[in-house]
Amino acid sequence: MKKVYGSAEEALDGLLFDGMLVAAGGFGLCGIPELLIDGLVKSGVKDLTVASNNAGVDGFGLGKLLDTRQIKKMMSSYVGENAEFMRQYLSGELELEFNPQGTLAERMRAGGAGIPGFYTKTGVGTVIAEGKEVKAFDGEDYILERGIFADISIVKAWKADDTGNLVFRKTARNFNPPAAMCGKTCLVEVEEIVPRGALDPDHIHLPGIYVHRIIQGEHEKRIEQRTTRKREDA
Amino acid sequence: MPWDRNQMAARAAEELEDGMYVNLGIGIPTLVANYVGDKDITLQSENGMLGMGPFPYEGEEDPDLINAGKQTITELNRTSYFDSATSFGMIRGGKIAAAILGAMEVAENGDLANWMIPGKLIKGMGGAMDLVAGVKKVVVVMDHTNKHGESKLLKACTLPLTGKGVVNRIITNLGVLDVVEGGLKIVDCAEGVTEDEIRAATEATIVN
Repeated sequence: MKKVYGSAEEALDGLLFDGMLVAAGGFGLCGIPELLIDGLVKSGVKDLTVASNNAGVDGFGLGKLLDTRQIKKMMSSYVGENAEFMRQYLSGELELEFNPQGTLAERMRAGGAGIPGFYTKTGVGTVIAEGKEVKAFDGEDYILERGIFADISIVKAWKADDTGNLVFRKTARNFNPPAAMCGKTCLVEVEEIVPRGALDPDHIHLPGIYVHRIIQGEHEKRIEQRTTRKREDA
Repeated sequence: MPWDRNQMAARAAEELEDGMYVNLGIGIPTLVANYVGDKDITLQSENGMLGMGPFPYEGEEDPDLINAGKQTITELNRTSYFDSATSFGMIRGGKIAAAILGAMEVAENGDLANWMIPGKLIKGMGGAMDLVAGVKKVVVVMDHTNKHGESKLLKACTLPLTGKGVVNRIITNLGVLDVVEGGLKIVDCAEGVTEDEIRAATEATIVN
């Protein structure tokens, strides 16, 4: 079965429909699926609901899909870095569902693991608990959160083999594995597709069973907050 | 003299014990890392890293290596990386010994508000709700009063909560208070600050 595609457009072909739910990997601008986001922009698909920890920045990352008004709703934990997002949200054009970061990650993981709901103490007694079932276990309250089952996942890994085994790099792993797991179809973009056998089977971060379509390409990998220290004089 | 930012961070560092896995929030809590001395402390960054190192030297920034504040950082020889679900599994699962974080308001029952002010721009809670719900010991570091001189240690929070009954200890510019049965208990005063001065600056019930 062929998993490697020539471009984001080819990989997305036949999967898209208006109003679909997309799970996206990345934290801030780190480890985001830049090429597949560009592919979604070109496709013109609209009324998307996007589950992603953040919403990119103006003109980059998911910010591109906000600029083109292709997103109807975001499910995120933190969206503070995007002025266009705020403008659309405050004017009522864009829906926003805040999720605590760990709850969002677990909702994706659970969806991928066939778990439709789970109880967590995160958010008990806060606005996050409003309208959700509360259940006591051993004298402590927990709220019911739902697994996310996305129509497609768009994720970024460092390397893949042609069977879809993935290796991530440093903190660019973040939401990519759980996002990958929860999609009916998972599309992955990597910096390098390597031959079978080149990845150590003991060092695969996400097995290829979760991965359906792979593309390779150049990534800008923009840095959001460049912080450094000075070298001390020797 | 009330403590300044660095003195508050240094006092907060005293809360950390050898061998602890710790999550530090943004602002004064970040400075705590400068005061851990010889203690063997492993810093967690909730975007998927244990063993967070200092900022990189100029020219050595790696876009694939950032902390939860999206700042470029470095790794150490003890570092491990993992995905966000695993990261919050260890947080929710009580594996992180302590979280040190800032706050807008703390109530005498341990309620914490630090993520939104109604009517102002809402950015989101990020991982704060998960951290305060799951971490074993939650230490808040903040000024005792707001810029209008009003107590930030309250009988009840007025802002939307981040967590209910989650705070264990509060370190302010005036001293250190614990959340105990019935209210807050003063456990330490900044040098030259008296217990009476702390009482006068505090709306929350102070118990002996």
